[in-house]
Amino acid sequence: MEYMLEMNHIDKRFPGVQALSDVTLKVKPGEVHVLLGENGAGKSTLVKILAGVYRKDAGEIILGGQKVDYSSTNDASKLGISMIYQELNMIPDLTVAENIFINREHLKGWPKHIDWEKMNSEAAKALKKLNANISPTQKARRLTTAQKQMVEIARAISADSRIIIMDEPTASLTEKEIGELFRQIRLLSEENVSIIYISHRLNEVKEIGDRVTVLRDGQYIGTRDIKEADTDDLIQMMVGREITQFFPKCVAKKGKEALRVENLSRKNVLHDISFSVHEGEVLGFSGLIGSGRTELMRAIYGADGDVSGRVYVDGKEAKVSSPKLAVQNGIAFLTEDRKNLGAILSFPIYQNITLASMDQFSRNSVIDHQAERSRSEELFSMFNIKAPSIDTVTRSLSGGNQQKVLLARWFCRDAKIIILDEPTRGIDVGSKVEIYEFINELAGQGKAIIMVSSDLPEVLAMSDRIAVMREGRLTGILDREEATQEKIMKLATLG
Amino acid sequence: MEKTQGFDYKTFIEKYGALAILALCMIVLTIISPYFLTALNLKTIAIQTAVIAIIAIGQTFVIITGGIDLSVGANLALSNILTASMMTSGVPLWICLVTALAFSAAFGYVNGLAITKMRVPPFIVTLGTMSIARGITLVITNGTPISRLPEALSWFGRGEIVGLPVPVLIFIVAAIIFNWVLNHTLFGRYTYAVGSNMEATRLSGIDTGRTVRMVYLVSGLLAGLAGIVLMGRLGLAHPTAGADYNMNSVAAAVIGGTSLTGGVGNIFGTMIGALIMGVLDNGFVLLGLSSFYQEIAIGFVVIMAVYLDLLQQTKLRERR
Repeated sequence: MEYMLEMNHIDKRFPGVQALSDVTLKVKPGEVHVLLGENGAGKSTLVKILAGVYRKDAGEIILGGQKVDYSSTNDASKLGISMIYQELNMIPDLTVAENIFINREHLKGWPKHIDWEKMNSEAAKALKKLNANISPTQKARRLTTAQKQMVEIARAISADSRIIIMDEPTASLTEKEIGELFRQIRLLSEENVSIIYISHRLNEVKEIGDRVTVLRDGQYIGTRDIKEADTDDLIQMMVGREITQFFPKCVAKKGKEALRVENLSRKNVLHDISFSVHEGEVLGFSGLIGSGRTELMRAIYGADGDVSGRVYVDGKEAKVSSPKLAVQNGIAFLTEDRKNLGAILSFPIYQNITLASMDQFSRNSVIDHQAERSRSEELFSMFNIKAPSIDTVTRSLSGGNQQKVLLARWFCRDAKIIILDEPTRGIDVGSKVEIYEFINELAGQGKAIIMVSSDLPEVLAMSDRIAVMREGRLTGILDREEATQEKIMKLATLG
Repeated sequence: MEKTQGFDYKTFIEKYGALAILALCMIVLTIISPYFLTALNLKTIAIQTAVIAIIAIGQTFVIITGGIDLSVGANLALSNILTASMMTSGVPLWICLVTALAFSAAFGYVNGLAITKMRVPPFIVTLGTMSIARGITLVITNGTPISRLPEALSWFGRGEIVGLPVPVLIFIVAAIIFNWVLNHTLFGRYTYAVGSNMEATRLSGIDTGRTVRMVYLVSGLLAGLAGIVLMGRLGLAHPTAGADYNMNSVAAAVIGGTSLTGGVGNIFGTMIGALIMGVLDNGFVLLGLSSFYQEIAIGFVVIMAVYLDLLQQTKLRERR
């Protein structure tokens, strides 16, 4: 048996998007197999199919030479497949042993009750195998992230797993803890357990992996031996798509500095970030998911507390400790999560458009409905929002049209500095182009624009400069002329 | 996309469902009892509904923000006791009345402070302040009512202006004013916004904490106003007054279409909700049944009203 696991011709479709098409993954016994790809490449979908979270639409899974078919995480774990999630799912008020044996507790006697002694000693055995100094009777709540991860691995071992999937296991570990984790991973592979390892960090991929499979846009790109693959080659495999989309970028005249950020930090999230944006400029922000881009934008906008550092608007220091003050200082923030943090879905369109600018449509706190409605009508047609009228409930609009409503909200506010967090995510191509044209228009009017985007071609095409973040740090700012997908990827994964 | 032509039954039920139930109750009672549809009886219903209707206006604001105010009854009782003792010790009536309103509004504002600054959920905060206020009231009075209130006070409970009872006038005027506040002021707009999506509202640059505090202030203020009407009607201040007003004001708002999940509700609906409860109450009396049955009936009505609301919410979510 050459392979412990073969996943052949896997297809998976979600409403509106082909997440995987004809993807192959072949894992040898006892190897650490790295799964590599950009955000949205389909890595998570693939391993979730393997772990029984999703059902595949087509394709086959061959485990230890036998074709298997299952549709629940329970079945998957019975077959010896365990997944260690990024957000470790432990029940905080149960003990370590209880968490390890959850859903397969050792029972005895009549009526059946829990055999604590056996459970605790088995748990201790599994933990000992990992050289982990954790008591089985300790409450899970008090464990550190690294310890929780060990308990999860102990859970996988005690279930006799043949395949353990780790989704970005080092994301929140310290250097020392990473070393410990790698040691455990090597122990596991000596026992012929196969590890499927998802990570963005190319450095550690080279250190721990045996082979690597690269996915891109839901497609299988290739598998390499890690010893033979060089970093540039892997980056090329991850990003090497052609730009086919239409980006109507116009470079606007650059004016004076509109926003400057100095030494912005937030404990464990953002580290000493400084940059500036000028009038008429589009500053793109690239980086992997979890690199701290959204957190940085929220920090500038005053959405979270405990932020240190300075923010200057038009050269003057601005005390931005709440979104209200940010808005008063001329900063607008289009959030990434449109439905939960942007639109008031139950409001008619016009009330969403005017929400941030009600001071323009009121006198002594009394709303001037006529002014409000007529301004809304103007923006409604200017932004080409496709809906029966401005009274249509926002919930019933498509994602693209909801986004246009929110852009109209900030246009109505007439902010000088506009932060757009993933402005085109999940939006149809037609609306995307309209949003790009709107960004051009704003830049042409001399607004300073910050655009966070995980879509590399988009960031490359629409930005005048591109800032790249990695793990809460700003790892570089590239000029439009010098920026390439490869350079950005390097800064985002190695920087 | 939302349908625009044809009969929009959803909006109809949202707006007039409670009205239809009210009409149905009235028709049934007219058939059963010859006394129901007389001017005198209708006036009695209106007067008896006034106190709860006034409180329910404030409760509607609170529930629109997704909160609940369980302290309105205790607020009313404590405010009554304080002002009644001022009256009996000779303080001019108008000062006493202004104090009653100011005290109750401040009480509500404190609820709002605890909810927004300490981030304790509204249910717990108002449950706590309810207990505190009720306790203080009982300590001060030792459980006995304060009577021999000034004669002039009775005008608020039993007076009439061109044949219209004053309590009814007060509740109609309050409903008109606060309906206007809800629909034509920034505060009203933000109240709906906060209840629909607090975080999105905050990120639009609106001071959501202030909005929430003002909402509880309104709720307290109206509890104080209702207290004045109640004292006028009874001629005394009772330390255990208003114990059932929490439940009944929530019931009136919910029956009137205010959604406990926030973001939805209107004053007109709440007024109908309050009248439904008043009519039910009256009906039980006319039928010679104990008013205890009314409590049972209201319990059922509230659960059904919330259930229907949830059905609608589920339908909305499925359509998304």
